[in-house]
Amino acid sequence: MTGTLLEVAALVGLAASAVGATAPEKIRTQLSSLLTAAACGCGLVAAVEVIRTGHQAVVSTDRLLPLSGFSMALDRFGALFVVVGAVVGFCAMVFRLGYDGHGLSSRTASSVLPLFVTTLLLVPAAATVTTFLFLWELMAITSLLLVLVDHRRRPEVQVAGQWYAVMTQLGAAALLLGLVLLAARTGSQSFAAIAAGSEHLPAWVRSSAFVLVVMGFGSKAGMVPLHVWLPRAHPEAPGPVSALMSAAMVNLGIYGIVRVGDGLLGGGPAWWWLMVMALGALSALFGSLHSATSADLKRLLAYSTTDNVGLMLLGVGASGLFASTGHPALALVALAAALLHMVFHAIFKGSLFLSASSIQQATGSRDLDQLGGLLRRMPVTGSLFIVGGLTIAALPPLCGFVSEWLLLQAMLHGLPSSNPALAIAMPIGVGVLALTGGLTALTFVKAIGIGLLGQPRSEPAARAGEVHRSMWVGAGILATLCLAFGVAPYLVIPSVLDAARTVTGVRLPDPLTRGWQVGLSGVSGVLAPGLLALGLLVAVTLVAGARRLLQRGAVRRTEAWGCGRELLTPRMEYTATSFGEPLSRVFEDVLSPAHDLDVSHIAESNYYVEAATFHTSLDDAFERHLYRPTAAGLRRWGAIARLVPNGSIHRYLAFGLVALVVVLVVVG
Amino acid sequence: MRTNWPIVSVAAISLLQVLTALLGGPLLIGLMRKVRCRLEGRVGPPIRQPLLDLRKLARRERTRPDQASWIFPLAPLVLVATTLVIAAIAPLLASGPAFGWSADLFAIVYLLLLGSVALALGALDTGTAFGGMGASRAMTIGALAEPALLVAVLALSVPAHSSNLPIIITGSLSHPLWLATPGRLLALVAFMIVIVAESGRLPVDNPSTHLELTMIHEAMVLEYAGPDLALVKLGESMRLAVLFALFADLFVPWGIATAPGPGHLALGLVTTVAKVAVLGVGLAAFEVGVAKLRLFRVPELMAGAFVLSVLAVISALVMP
Repeated sequence: MTGTLLEVAALVGLAASAVGATAPEKIRTQLSSLLTAAACGCGLVAAVEVIRTGHQAVVSTDRLLPLSGFSMALDRFGALFVVVGAVVGFCAMVFRLGYDGHGLSSRTASSVLPLFVTTLLLVPAAATVTTFLFLWELMAITSLLLVLVDHRRRPEVQVAGQWYAVMTQLGAAALLLGLVLLAARTGSQSFAAIAAGSEHLPAWVRSSAFVLVVMGFGSKAGMVPLHVWLPRAHPEAPGPVSALMSAAMVNLGIYGIVRVGDGLLGGGPAWWWLMVMALGALSALFGSLHSATSADLKRLLAYSTTDNVGLMLLGVGASGLFASTGHPALALVALAAALLHMVFHAIFKGSLFLSASSIQQATGSRDLDQLGGLLRRMPVTGSLFIVGGLTIAALPPLCGFVSEWLLLQAMLHGLPSSNPALAIAMPIGVGVLALTGGLTALTFVKAIGIGLLGQPRSEPAARAGEVHRSMWVGAGILATLCLAFGVAPYLVIPSVLDAARTVTGVRLPDPLTRGWQVGLSGVSGVLAPGLLALGLLVAVTLVAGARRLLQRGAVRRTEAWGCGRELLTPRMEYTATSFGEPLSRVFEDVLSPAHDLDVSHIAESNYYVEAATFHTSLDDAFERHLYRPTAAGLRRWGAIARLVPNGSIHRYLAFGLVALVVVLVVVG
Repeated sequence: MRTNWPIVSVAAISLLQVLTALLGGPLLIGLMRKVRCRLEGRVGPPIRQPLLDLRKLARRERTRPDQASWIFPLAPLVLVATTLVIAAIAPLLASGPAFGWSADLFAIVYLLLLGSVALALGALDTGTAFGGMGASRAMTIGALAEPALLVAVLALSVPAHSSNLPIIITGSLSHPLWLATPGRLLALVAFMIVIVAESGRLPVDNPSTHLELTMIHEAMVLEYAGPDLALVKLGESMRLAVLFALFADLFVPWGIATAPGPGHLALGLVTTVAKVAVLGVGLAAFEVGVAKLRLFRVPELMAGAFVLSVLAVISALVMP
């Protein structure tokens, strides 16, 4: 039954794509969005059914892919990712109904977007290496096309597309190598057979396959140092696409690492997982530092995706480390915490990207230094963005707090350990989590405070108005989930635990107590998020009531204090750049921001300044020190290699002869 | 952890803690001002002056800057509410806690963060240069204090295998040697530095300055007036009192009520108030002797606190 539903989801997705390619322009967007949303609905029902019953959804056909066949089997672990993809996809499609601009209504975009959403639903169901790689590449190509839809109007889109294309293809090559190595050594390309046979593989095969796969999936997840495409491509993509990429597509990187590391290879030595943890810590710190100092709203969100992927990797790595040092219960808790963070990240990041796109559409800018005062002009979108921002800062009573608390607990309980790897890794992990937590709070105080509060900093921001209803409904569903799961996380925790159990094969009793509180059985640590929320609500109401009782007369609107000046202009306000300035100064050694001050004096006297321009920029250290030199080196080699083929047909014939002789000598 | 204490006494303790914090916060500020004045050779206002100030402010008119949205009036409410919730759930006077099952140290840290974030957003909502300046500085210092605080929490949680406050406190009461370990002492210093930073005291921030270039906290609350300002002042003073009480519980827990009877509770009340007063006098005396640090020297202080708390964790592992 569930298999059929999955097929239906795929077929409806294809139909949406066909409609997008053929329907007349008037109804194209609406029709293809609704059909894609329907496909998400089918996928959601199928995945929820799999999670509920535990029976796999199996689809298999020989007609689609020659030689190898097309085979899918959705288990509880994959189903969790399908649910996330389906919910985000549904909301993005609702959002798209009201979204215009960025060329997303073109014929190409309307036919590619449904395909992209469908692959997001199908990738976690793939059951063989060929099927997986086929769907994975389809996802990469469709997302690349969607990033590029606006390339004619804005040249920076082309640059972003190039970065994305190169990084995703390098990642795919690493994946291909890693997975084919496993398939060849175990003699079968089905995931189940690889999982059964991988135990007997030599250690070097297992380790090299794992490293390759981490690199491949890590580049899709935006893991440092393979993240460079992400802060370029995610902001340039049209609104719903950026939400889908940041909230649903990066998750599949985590999916892949866990599926291969824990599932196919069945865990490994401690150094694998220490490597994953180290990469996660690096991603978290680097991503949060850059998002804290960025003044571009969507770039800030993209870097914060890298940050959150880092936290998930920290959890995944801790889980593997616990498993390899003989703590299966803790391993399950850590993996569940990472997966829970994945689910919650999808919800809040989806909501944030969608509301940021609404803001961009209403004001024509995503530069925080041009925004401001939007909460009063766009009350619904603004409030949704605030909910998302407070969630990502892990503040109670929203859901981001629960997953971070669980991650902290997992690390804390690994501590009184005689194992030096654990004893060193866990305090560092907590430190990283805490610093990123603090930086994320700063980032979103900046994003909310500069972007939505205060006075508008530009004319378009002052004229902005609320967006189309379906846009805030799309973002609103996700924001509501932030609150709902924050108050009642036990609605999702059992499913997440089941997913973790399925992939690790650990059959332990429930390590998290159910009911109205979240707790770890066996160890002592309990959280009652519902009660906490209730307490906060009661306290706020009581204090507000007391203030109301004391209040005499209406609240008087006053002019804010402007240091004695008559008028307070927006130019006197803090900007996002100035807000992040103390931090970028504190971390000057890591970020090395470039400052450029140009002062021109008037001709008569050097003591009088005629004009001064100050320019500051902050680019990615990995881009500057790793990618640019590499690209320049490759270009030099290319220039040298170009000297050989000079266009002369004689020379090419000679090449052919030499090659033939070499082949004959080698073979003979 | 579920306690076997009757629910009525649990609720009563909770209420008592909240009332003590409401009254004790302003009095603590008054006491610290008095100590400071005396050490500087002045007489100083009476200790209950902050309470009188609150009463005066509460009677005044409420104002709201032109540009502000609903965030501005909400921020002081959230600041006070988070502190009240912490005062209600944390074991401040009695170790068999009010709502002990959620009195998790990490949860308390994030509740404090919620209050700080609300205040910073309220500051930015005014649309003035001061609001942005204060919010930017306060959030930067807060972000840097966070790792030191959480790792110190971790160091305190390691011996008890839990970050649940009642478990840590009862554990320390039954194993007094925990309190004398180097790990605990290192964590103590780190925790104190973080408290000073989080509550905006010298040498991180000067609560009595109104000089544009140096103020942090005061810059954020510049636009508040009347009852809103009273709430901000009340919230800030309660925060300091609650943090002091937590500090006292974690490092010198003796005297805290371990059973629900009124006698135990009275003892808990007296000892906790005394401990908080001693800490207040100590900090005030320390403040007389130091000057405010330059803003860009504060990160070094925070980094020092972080190193201390990492050392605390490591020594807690090596010397359990």
